Amino acid sequence: MFLHETTSMDPRFLLVPLVVFLPVVGILLNWLFGKRLGEKGIGAIASLAAGGSFVISVILMLALREHTEGAVVPFMQWISVGSLDLNWTFRVDTLAVVMMLVVSGVGTLIHVYAVGYMHEDVHHQGDPARFRRFFIFLNLFIAAMMILVSADNFLMLFVGWEGVGLCSYLLIGFWFEKGEDGLGNARAAKKAFVANRIGDFGLLIAIFLIFWNFGSLDFETVFHQVPFFASSQPGVLVAIALFMLLGVTGKSAQIPLYVWLPDAMAGPTPVSALIHAATMVTAGVYLMTRSQVIFSAAPQAQQVVMWIGAITAIFAALIAVGQFDIKKVLAYSTISQLGFMVAAVGMGAEVAAMFHLVTHAFFKALLFLSAGSVILGMEKGLETNHHGHGEGGEHTDPQDMRNMGGLRKKMPITFWVYLAGTLALAGIAPLAGFFSKDEILAAANETNKFVFVILISAAFLTAFYMGRQVWMVFFGKTRSSAAEHAKESAPLVTVPLIILAILSILGGGLNFPGVLTLEHWLEHTINIPHESAFNLIVAAGSLAIALVAILLSWMVYGRTPLADSKSIDPLAKSLGGLFRAMNKKFMVDELYQAVILKPYTRISDFFANPVDQGFIDGIVNGMGSLANSLANGLRKLQNGYARTYALSVVVGIVAILAYLLFRV
Amino acid sequence: MELVLMTFFPLVGVLALVLLAPHQKNVMRWVALITSLITFGLSLWVLSQFDPTKSTNMAVQLPWFRLAGVPIEFYLGVDGLSILMVLLTTFLTPISILSTWKAVEEQVKGFMIFFLLLEVGMLGVFLALDLVLFYIFWEFTLIPMYFLIGIWGGKRRIYAAVKFFLFTMAGSILMLLAILYLGLQAGTFSQPQLIANRAIYAGAEMLLFLAFGIAFAIKVPIFPLHTWLPDAHVEAPTAGSMILAGVLLKMGAYGFLRFNLPLFPQASVQAAPVMAILAIIGIIYGGAVAFAQKDVKKLVAYSSVAHLGFVVLGIFALNVEGVSGAVLQMVNHGISTGALFLLVGMIYERRHTRELDAFGGLWKIMPIYAGISMVVTLSSMGLPALNGFVGEFTILVGAFGSKVYGSPWFAGVATTGVIIAAVYLLKMYEKIFLGPVTHSENKSLKDLSVREIITLAPLVVVIFWIGIFPKPFFDLINPAVEQLVQLVQSAAMVLH
Repeated sequence: MFLHETTSMDPRFLLVPLVVFLPVVGILLNWLFGKRLGEKGIGAIASLAAGGSFVISVILMLALREHTEGAVVPFMQWISVGSLDLNWTFRVDTLAVVMMLVVSGVGTLIHVYAVGYMHEDVHHQGDPARFRRFFIFLNLFIAAMMILVSADNFLMLFVGWEGVGLCSYLLIGFWFEKGEDGLGNARAAKKAFVANRIGDFGLLIAIFLIFWNFGSLDFETVFHQVPFFASSQPGVLVAIALFMLLGVTGKSAQIPLYVWLPDAMAGPTPVSALIHAATMVTAGVYLMTRSQVIFSAAPQAQQVVMWIGAITAIFAALIAVGQFDIKKVLAYSTISQLGFMVAAVGMGAEVAAMFHLVTHAFFKALLFLSAGSVILGMEKGLETNHHGHGEGGEHTDPQDMRNMGGLRKKMPITFWVYLAGTLALAGIAPLAGFFSKDEILAAANETNKFVFVILISAAFLTAFYMGRQVWMVFFGKTRSSAAEHAKESAPLVTVPLIILAILSILGGGLNFPGVLTLEHWLEHTINIPHESAFNLIVAAGSLAIALVAILLSWMVYGRTPLADSKSIDPLAKSLGGLFRAMNKKFMVDELYQAVILKPYTRISDFFANPVDQGFIDGIVNGMGSLANSLANGLRKLQNGYARTYALSVVVGIVAILAYLLFRV
Repeated sequence: MELVLMTFFPLVGVLALVLLAPHQKNVMRWVALITSLITFGLSLWVLSQFDPTKSTNMAVQLPWFRLAGVPIEFYLGVDGLSILMVLLTTFLTPISILSTWKAVEEQVKGFMIFFLLLEVGMLGVFLALDLVLFYIFWEFTLIPMYFLIGIWGGKRRIYAAVKFFLFTMAGSILMLLAILYLGLQAGTFSQPQLIANRAIYAGAEMLLFLAFGIAFAIKVPIFPLHTWLPDAHVEAPTAGSMILAGVLLKMGAYGFLRFNLPLFPQASVQAAPVMAILAIIGIIYGGAVAFAQKDVKKLVAYSSVAHLGFVVLGIFALNVEGVSGAVLQMVNHGISTGALFLLVGMIYERRHTRELDAFGGLWKIMPIYAGISMVVTLSSMGLPALNGFVGEFTILVGAFGSKVYGSPWFAGVATTGVIIAAVYLLKMYEKIFLGPVTHSENKSLKDLSVREIITLAPLVVVIFWIGIFPKPFFDLINPAVEQLVQLVQSAAMVLH
């Protein structure tokens, strides 16, 4: 299970640094020459760089088939101080390569899609020069994500971990002058960075604990010693696991730090698909799977992981039901699905988590990109409308599902691929999501009945909100002139969608019950206590529940579609306050605002003015004037002015105190 | 003699400047720039002969005069604690001079003379191994800086300059008393000899620690002795702020390393938790106050209080990780904060304001400026693969496992500083660069000129270099730090 540096390493393993460096070359080329190359050249370079990473990942996979033990490829020295000895070292093993394939594979498709999408977007937003910047950031993301998944020690992983966070920040705020008050996108970007930093704080503490207890940050050295600690100091392992979990809640958007992800939808849609659905947000699941040895030796921490995941899964699914923005629904759905994966890790079902991670990458990327295609279509409809009729429709939000309807006929390809993604996510057999979600549910069934009930309820809600979305967007009649004039997107956009749709339909084959390709692939890297068994009852039950949910969504939204864009959601009538709460996201943002942000602003103002400039600096200046007045006082002692000065000092002190007391 | 040549070479430039006629402003600039570049070259020559394992390199030790029978020597030497400080000084000085090309139009001659004199003083501080000589250089740096702020500063320049001067003087007087006491007691002012004769003054260690410590704490500055810093920074001209933050503050931290730790090891161990608490207050409080600022320069000034808090935390961890990390972080802070002040100066030259609210949306108007600012901001924030992270991480690792702190809580609380830093730095970036352009004055701003890009480029290169491959830097620092830590630990053990 643990790798050793083999003397006769397959030379193909030595290619691994290229998964990082090819995207870096893409960045440099586009940075230096992009301006002269134009959109096609920029898009080609960036896509080829990502595609090159994918090719390398495939080569590494082929090498691993022969040498399943993988390899550790040292690259460069990094930090060497005292007992701290860290290197830039790459690791190729079956777990890392699964992540590499997903990141670069889905990443390449999204690069290609983005060439078409951003062409429209930069013109729609009115700054074509930003096309190049977008692809530089996108390549930077691939490079950072590859560092994260190919690292051989915790600190190099952390470099990628914060690096992807930076890319997320840059891309959420890509249209930094847009959004609410012109600052909405910038604020969303900042929120993402800060929420992630809070998580990173946890991960850093975990790293310190690992270093001082294990004397190293190299995966192999650390994991080897875990069994010893499990018997001698189990508390240390629990602490490490819990601090790591804090990092996971940030990056993988779990309770309590998930609040940044819905706002992150301010980024262009390819970003939502690549970073905020398919890859970056799954980094937490990868980290915990990688550190499986630590988590499984800390059962108390495992419990917390499981509950955080399960509660996030249901909580986010509830919110998703109450959203009207097509991307917000998908964002909460992503949080919910990540909750499934985190819960799976908590139950010790790492393979199921990884399986769901992969299939989710396919169908959620598909859904986001199709949603992007819908938005493009709506925007085109808006523009036609402007040119054609010039009638009022300027405030039509192209992402609000209430403004859509009937798009099935306007955008047939988008509709069909969206349907594939929906059914895969809803867990309809035999699409990808059915198999992967079922493995998680089966594990829950064996581990904890409460969690099983929670997750199956979340699965019910998943099918329901996806059904709701499809009925609202594609069925009924068009509810705005934008939808009326919507057009299907260009092949550059639709071809990647079709590929992802095929993957979403067939992805279940990756770990098909009985064959278990993924499980046998991963068993070279992680512990698999017992082979996953297919539970027919659970599978049939979850399928039935998904079908009922879709039926229900048809009864509410399909049978009698919304009449127009102003109509009230039928659930709002039947659920009343609960629907409003779901629609308002249970006011968590407002709570954080009131409990954390406002007080912090007030405290920092308090520190800055009364305390720093008033009190501390007041003492300093007071000492200065005290010296001054003493001198004056001494000089003027005969004149009887001393009292006046002494009085003024007293008055000064009283004034400062009074100022302090009343200012607060 | 290499050290003497390097330290006093800027005086050649001073001489040349004196001889120039007042209207030859450009010649003066070139003279100053070339002088400082040659000094930088000389420091590289020193580096080429530097052996990190030796405790003093290229030492110059000449008898000078006697004070009450105690010999005072002209004693210079360089080791792993000082080599990077020397290089930082010679590296930042030409960059600062280049930044004044357009910014300083009045009394160019005087400005350049003071600047080069300042460089002599700073180099002397980092190289002096005789306490009296050190004190002379230490006080000497005050004079040019006082004039740089007082003459070329902003509206409240006199207040800021006097405050800067008095604050530092107040601290230095105690240090002078302590130096005299040490010298007269031990019969020598030489730092290595004093270490060897520590038993003589061991009884007064804590008092001596405090006397030196207060002088250095003011310079660092350590909370609550920091209030001179925002005023000095805000009023100083850009080049002055750069050198102030880049080098002068380091003199305080360096003082702790060169004198407090080896001369008073037991007191250092005893004081360590208190120093750590003050450092942590600095990190959190400095970050919170920075967040509340409306003036960019003040924000950066308070961020220095937070960053130097990390340095102090590392120094008093008294283990190799903490101290080496602190030395590297001193360099990092000089580079990153120096670059931040440079960037603030560039926008001030264009807009004549530093109010955060006067900006917004500049990314669209000045993309090169915004890009470089992004890198520098991230470096200050401690983003991995950039320089700040390597220093902060090493310091925190050291503090986390520090025996003298005896608890991971110190480092744990200090680590919240990474969140706080993100909050105020991202706010700064958002206010200046993101959002729509709301002020029409900003619409016509010109992006960076070639000269400005050349000024910033070396700093950006170092930011990446230290972030990705800090090994050459640590190789210079580590042996000296290992010796220092060894000395403190064994001395502390003996005295216990």
